[in-house]
Amino acid sequence: MTTTPARATKAHVATRINGEETEFLCEPQQSLLECLRDVVGLTGTKEGCNDGNCGACSVLLNGRLVNSCLVLGVEAAGKDVGTSAGVATPAGLHPLQQAFLEGAALQCGICTPGFILAAKALLDKEPNPTEERVRFWLSGNLCRCTGYDKIVRAVMTAAGMQRGAAGARPGGAAQASAEATR
Amino acid sequence: MATVWVPSLMRDLTGGADRVDVPGRTVRQVIESLEAAHPGMKDRLVEDDRLKPAIGVAVDGVMSRLGLRQPVGEASEVHFLPAVSGGAERGGDPA
Amino acid sequence: MTTTKEPATGAPATESATTETYLPNQVLSHTSYNVVGTRPIRHDGVDKVTGRAIYGADIRLAGMLHGKVLRSPHSHARIKSIDTSKALALPGVKAAVTAADLSEAESRTIDLGEGSGNVRWLQDNILARHKALYKGHAVAAVAATSAHIAEQALKLIEVDYEVLPAVSTVEEAMRAGAPLLHDDLTTESLGEQTDEHSNLAKHFQFVLGDPDKAFAEADVVVERVVTTATVHQGYIEPHAATAAWNADGQVTIWCSTQGAFVVREQTAKVLQIPVSRIKVVPLEIGGGFGGKIPIYLEPLAALLSRQSARPVKLVMSRAEVFQGTGPTPGSWMRVKMGATRDGRLVAGEADIRFEAGAYPGSPVGAAAECVFAAYDVPNGRIDGYDVVVNKPKSAAYRAPGATQAAFAAEQVVDELAEKLGLDPIDFRLKNSAKEGTRRVDGPVHPRIGSVEVLEAAKAHEHYRSPLEGPHRGRGVAHGYWFNVGLESSCTINVNADGTVNLVEGSTDIGGTRASVAMQAAEVLGLGAHDVRPAVVDTDSIGFTAVTGGSRTTFATGFAAIKAAEDVIRQMKERAALIWEVEPETVVYEGTTFTSPARAGDTLSFKEVAAQLGDTGGPVTGRANVDPPGHGGAFATNIVDVEIDPETGKVQVLRFTVIQDAGKAIHPSYVEGQMQGGSAQGIGWALNEEYFLNGRGEMVNASLLDYRMPTALDLPMIDTVIVEVPNPGHPFGVRGVGEVPIVPPPAAVANAVAHALGKRPDVLPISPRVVLEMTGQIE
Repeated sequence: MTTTPARATKAHVATRINGEETEFLCEPQQSLLECLRDVVGLTGTKEGCNDGNCGACSVLLNGRLVNSCLVLGVEAAGKDVGTSAGVATPAGLHPLQQAFLEGAALQCGICTPGFILAAKALLDKEPNPTEERVRFWLSGNLCRCTGYDKIVRAVMTAAGMQRGAAGARPGGAAQASAEATR
Repeated sequence: MATVWVPSLMRDLTGGADRVDVPGRTVRQVIESLEAAHPGMKDRLVEDDRLKPAIGVAVDGVMSRLGLRQPVGEASEVHFLPAVSGGAERGGDPA
Repeated sequence: MTTTKEPATGAPATESATTETYLPNQVLSHTSYNVVGTRPIRHDGVDKVTGRAIYGADIRLAGMLHGKVLRSPHSHARIKSIDTSKALALPGVKAAVTAADLSEAESRTIDLGEGSGNVRWLQDNILARHKALYKGHAVAAVAATSAHIAEQALKLIEVDYEVLPAVSTVEEAMRAGAPLLHDDLTTESLGEQTDEHSNLAKHFQFVLGDPDKAFAEADVVVERVVTTATVHQGYIEPHAATAAWNADGQVTIWCSTQGAFVVREQTAKVLQIPVSRIKVVPLEIGGGFGGKIPIYLEPLAALLSRQSARPVKLVMSRAEVFQGTGPTPGSWMRVKMGATRDGRLVAGEADIRFEAGAYPGSPVGAAAECVFAAYDVPNGRIDGYDVVVNKPKSAAYRAPGATQAAFAAEQVVDELAEKLGLDPIDFRLKNSAKEGTRRVDGPVHPRIGSVEVLEAAKAHEHYRSPLEGPHRGRGVAHGYWFNVGLESSCTINVNADGTVNLVEGSTDIGGTRASVAMQAAEVLGLGAHDVRPAVVDTDSIGFTAVTGGSRTTFATGFAAIKAAEDVIRQMKERAALIWEVEPETVVYEGTTFTSPARAGDTLSFKEVAAQLGDTGGPVTGRANVDPPGHGGAFATNIVDVEIDPETGKVQVLRFTVIQDAGKAIHPSYVEGQMQGGSAQGIGWALNEEYFLNGRGEMVNASLLDYRMPTALDLPMIDTVIVEVPNPGHPFGVRGVGEVPIVPPPAAVANAVAHALGKRPDVLPISPRVVLEMTGQIE
């Protein structure tokens, strides 16, 4: 082992994470996923593959859904980053989170933050998606536990909750299934 | 007398019989009785005073967790089976 | 560059809704309880939907180093030398280990305190010593101040390999003159060791009745040979382990595992230290399906921590998960069955050969015991072979072995029904196993729900609905899995506010905190959320076997029931003390204590709990169980497929799974197991396989190229929970986690057969296979 004097090799990134001004130092080759998890400490953003194929690391970058493993940390400079940690507010859980809980739309839970982020991106611009549209949109997020059935139903239930549709009180497999068509 | 269902690959020792009735109140006693009637059986089943790691025993259809100490009833059925590996055994198959 | 993953707009059109009265999820229940059978929010739910839950890779310790593993690029090679000196010289690198850092264990199969195994093989799989036996086999590991430095360091490790020819399938490995993986491996035949050196680790056989005579007398006989590809469990969370080896010799391991006690046991054996030196802290686990029972990283993290005197974290990449951890075996199977003209099965014969991977121990035994177990087959012969090949050591995958076996047998059953002109469910019902049916492997079935499941399938709207259109087919299949019991421990501490804390050792992969807590709540007369469950480390609870074998809700639930009963016994004593009556006179019903000696007086659970401090101190109920009466489980699938004649792609249009849960504690999570197991089975049926190149190296080790089903590939998966109570459990619970993966590949194959008029003899039924079947490609 040798002892080399410290010399600055890191980039300084000023960004906004979940609405909060945040600065961090990272190596130029570090992904946004690594920066979020290992530098900022937001481990709610998960790593499943590190090559853009599972969606567990989904975040919103300036409102756009991205896999944070395919974005460099330095690319977050000057942008808005939305992570799973920012979905709930002090006022309570987001309707998606509530619908996932009540509809048992998670098992191991490792993919859940990514699904909730991805579904939020959909509902933010399409408040009344069809089942097919939900499946299409979520096809970039892999879940190995649920077979997607309860996830798709939960997203549609949450959409109903958000629209304040009649009878779309949270929860209940019955409401969820009424929402979802075959 | 307990009825032992003889594994097909051990029927060379029982003259082809697929089941034999032997006395015994535990699996250990049953194996001793088997050995007396059909020498060589014990060597195939037991090592270091316990069932070989690759062999399981079921008494009346239930896989035993007590091995040689497993009680055997007057009219019990005893089966020696290859120990099932996979998600089914206690600790998972480690090797 | 910013890479977007937003799909383009313009999704395919939505299909029309079905009838209003149809319920996609049904529970056919005969018993009702206060808590059991309801659908409360799981206790760990909020942490998991907010991302707050801490999984294997989420832990951060002060001074922690990051480790990386160097893996063999060859599928079979002799290791002539390893030199880590250049890696150790890289600034930031703090430790490097190889097999030389492990004291070599004796090569002998021993009891590991929880199942048996050869410790030498276990060690060699953790770090290859003399030979690398698969591409991805760990040969060295390093720890550095950052993961990137550790990665650079791997490139500086010099390994001198002598590359050897590899074998990739059972056919290749069993061929005369095949390259041998192990110089010292000979075939074991039910306890007897032969002298022949071979890749065939084990052969066993079951014979019932006189199969030769029965086949000679059968009116119809069908025989098929099928093969299945190697597949992976595909959990989304890669393996992760962190270890801290303290100066006092105590080792703490934080990891993602199906069983903390198994990690402790096996790590102790690999490191050759006593179990009491190790504490394993199980973090949240992001899926396992059997693949997180074995250890991989834990001993490496411990060795690196010992060398560096710092905590060391290791996290696998996705490619390492595919190439270095247990896939489930590819197989070669021949199944033959015979029936009489009136539709009665009379004989069965199976020859089942499984890839064990690099070291012996595939689930071929379970496959053999399950292959005919759903039926009354009075005469049978089953041969099983465990064969080593140059692939990662195979691991359990949800009902290990039973899915492959069902793919072979359920196609033969389907073809028999076809030849006899019988409805496929009627034929299965006529021959269904029942209580008292003798299995070909010998034991007799206890009370099982095979008939009830088949009857519910027959009655289902899906089965009666028309299926029209070209290139479409409907298939059914039926599957069996044993389930297991095994050891569980549970303690329950009563709080002064009348709630309780439940402590268990079963890691929660799919909602078992809820299903275990609900059983305690039912016994205690409390609400589901009055019981706060916690999964704790190996120092803090009695031995508990893995979350696997569909055992947790059954066995840990059993322990929770017994611990709750222990609480009530003590609470009755406290009520008696408060009332100054004999404890035997106190009765607890619902949520109220009464005593004939204090007619008219009542005490609630909460009231007694509030007085614990004045009546002798805390109340803790505890139980350690090893319950024998786990009941076997059955599942039936009805599946409709459509085949694109141009591309060969098979699309699942509709899928229904019917399953006996004994008693569904939390029906939503039972449905979840049924749907998830079905989805994995569909992936196994249609997409998933290890592609190997000519050198036996996996070439599709990413989630792009190893194609697991996405939301767009699947329809809703409708469920029917049948409840045939298991007499071995107070609420009648049967394990539900594994059996749903058993019938799907067979059901899909039967549906494809009906669509094409030709039977697939290989898994997966990929577009290439379909186009070969239709003669469009060679």
